[in-house]
Amino acid sequence: MRYPARLAAMGAMALATLAPSAMAVANEQFIPVLSYRTGLYAANGIPWANGFVDYLQLVNLRDGGINGVKIAFEECETAYGTDRGVECYERLKGKGPTGAAMFHPVSTGITFALTEKAPVDKIPMVTVGYGRSDTRDGSVFRWNFPLIGSHWTAAGLAIEYLGREVGGKDKLKGKKIVLLHLDAPAGREPIAVFEKLAAKHGYTFTAIPVTAPGLEQRSQWLQIRQMRPDYVVLWGYGGMNPAAIQEAAAVNFPRDRLLGYAWSGAEPDVIPAGDRAKSYKTLMLQHGAERDKVHQDILTHVYGKGAGLATPQEVGQILYNRGLISALVSVEAIRTAQAKFGNKPLTGEQVRWGLENLDLDAGRLQALGVATMIKPLKASCENHEGARFGRVQQWDGARWTVISDWIEVDGTVLDPLVKESAAAYASSKGITPVDCGKL
Amino acid sequence: MLYHEAGQYKTTYAQDMALLPIAQERWSLAGLLVVAFVGVPSMAFLGIPPFDSDYVFSAILLPFLILSLAALGLNVLVGYCGQISLGSGAFMAVGAYAAYNTAVRLPELPILVALLSGGVAAAAVGVAFGLPSLRIKGLYLAVATLAAQFFFDWLFLRVKWFTNYAPSGSVTAPPIDVLGFRLDASVERYLLVLTIVVLFAFGVKNLVRGAIGRQWMAIRDMDLAAEIIGIRPVYAKLTAFAVSSFIIGIAGALWAFAHLGSWEPLTFSIDRSFHLLFMVIIGGLGSILGAFLGTAFILLVPIVLSRLPAALGTPLSTSTISHLETAVFGVLIIVFLIAEPLGLARLWSLAKEKLRLWPFPH
Repeated sequence: MRYPARLAAMGAMALATLAPSAMAVANEQFIPVLSYRTGLYAANGIPWANGFVDYLQLVNLRDGGINGVKIAFEECETAYGTDRGVECYERLKGKGPTGAAMFHPVSTGITFALTEKAPVDKIPMVTVGYGRSDTRDGSVFRWNFPLIGSHWTAAGLAIEYLGREVGGKDKLKGKKIVLLHLDAPAGREPIAVFEKLAAKHGYTFTAIPVTAPGLEQRSQWLQIRQMRPDYVVLWGYGGMNPAAIQEAAAVNFPRDRLLGYAWSGAEPDVIPAGDRAKSYKTLMLQHGAERDKVHQDILTHVYGKGAGLATPQEVGQILYNRGLISALVSVEAIRTAQAKFGNKPLTGEQVRWGLENLDLDAGRLQALGVATMIKPLKASCENHEGARFGRVQQWDGARWTVISDWIEVDGTVLDPLVKESAAAYASSKGITPVDCGKL
Repeated sequence: MLYHEAGQYKTTYAQDMALLPIAQERWSLAGLLVVAFVGVPSMAFLGIPPFDSDYVFSAILLPFLILSLAALGLNVLVGYCGQISLGSGAFMAVGAYAAYNTAVRLPELPILVALLSGGVAAAAVGVAFGLPSLRIKGLYLAVATLAAQFFFDWLFLRVKWFTNYAPSGSVTAPPIDVLGFRLDASVERYLLVLTIVVLFAFGVKNLVRGAIGRQWMAIRDMDLAAEIIGIRPVYAKLTAFAVSSFIIGIAGALWAFAHLGSWEPLTFSIDRSFHLLFMVIIGGLGSILGAFLGTAFILLVPIVLSRLPAALGTPLSTSTISHLETAVFGVLIIVFLIAEPLGLARLWSLAKEKLRLWPFPH
């Protein structure tokens, strides 16, 4: 008898832990944090999550919340897996007095899975620098916000920059450009843009996939050596990047003609490759590895009180800054929405309005202490991305140096592509796009 | 005493051959089905925790039921017919993509037909990749089925037609309409999946105690002897592959349509195949109940472990929790396999034996 009773008690306990625990405090805005501090991509996931949480802490500790509304947050480990990401989403979406304000999936795979769920649950999905590129079209994707940049914008930026490097985009004609990409949604997204731009500018384009996680690339680099391309654009994540740099060195491909995208250009991508990574270039998702006024505030208010998650030296690293900027646009969207709906905890639907009407001008960025990190940003119903700027940086063996000025990406090729893809999505799902002019 | 069948006389052959010959089992199963079909949805309707939240349905019950179905399918092949397969992820993928293509290209067909087409396509593929089983056995067969896994990973990544030329290779399932009702809420999808799973569980239970199931088990126990007494190995092995892949294909289609809604080939990677195999082994080879118990173990224990520290009031950092979770989960698997190498289903049948004698063990 005792044994079954114990079993029953254990079962009851297990059930109790499965039930989401209710949060009692009323004046709180809940922001869920999906992070990956374990698994294959942990080296990239940890700094992102640290930056994100540190900024939320800063808003709480320095300002006492957003206009007096404290931020509550909870991390959930996804290990960069779609299944766990969906479980985390379901676990966190109802927390807090008004439910989750928005989700940052931090994985293109999880973004695709959650894009279906977000409209049903009325929770916005913010994907800073990744995710579905066609979600820029807010008339179809009401709930997705690829703020600050998307894969397609990054692909456009890569060609803009390479055009400058050869002395004008007309000189790209006849050049050979190879895209070495992770064989996952994140890696396949930019192909469409590179192909479209190849038709326009006349370069030959080859996409070479690398099976995830991308640690084994010998045959791909053999192929690259035979093709002798002028440039190799690297669209990898995690361990694939240092592996690519090492293989490039092994076949003697000059690293300054290897151009990574923004998620291939952080400290964990180059440090493992050692000296061989010297002069490797990458695109920037606007920001780089800089420290601005906001970092001083974080060091005083968060690390000064012992609440920081990283070490003070790590504050200001690339992925840390990306997490920070992601948190910053989230907080500003909530602030924007509060101006309309009042200074109280807001629902996902209200935060969506805030995201769509987000307007961070130069003065506001100055006040937030991130003026050197990002360009002014203005979202709207037609444009959920906000801005199409970027820069290029180079690794000198010890630190990243910015080697280009701000480049604005040309929308003439990208915009029709976004429209076309969004329209195809709308018709396949039976969605009627809203009329942005009538809002 | 509770589980004593004394006094239950069987007076006809039909009674003797009943699916569940013991009254207590009939009643408890009926009770379980009533709870699952009526109790759980009405608790959701009335808002009784924990069933008032979407989380329990869409993050726990749906994946549990769908993966149980896949494990059930794999159990037919591995547990009943003794053919080790590492291709179950691929068969799930075939089911998902076949259902997707049917639904997208023939939108006038009901969605249930699309799901069935997923099963049929997976069955055909299963038979094709089961052909090597006629010549090779054991681990070598496992390697041959591994080929299916890698082939279909490659196929769905490379051949754009299967993903309807989606730029990123990620596809989106159409909404599920059944008999004019659109199943949006997770409770509705739960009921659909539950119905399918229950139908298949009874179907498999009946198959394995019939002629064909006995052929499978004969092949499993000793194929040479089975052949000598007149069982055709070609027929037995290929039917096992067909039935198993059919069920796994349906599970794959449900995983894509009812659970994820949007997916990429990576969803059905080699990890999924291993997971399913672990579920079947830990649950108990050759047991219907084992498929459910194994799935519950593999799917739910990590989730419970990851939430335990917070529930006990000792908040740890997420990374510590997930490292702990992996470590504890690994230890639990080892402990279970040492304590009961025949799986959780065996533990259950031991418990039944004990209950029969209780409270007078001697």
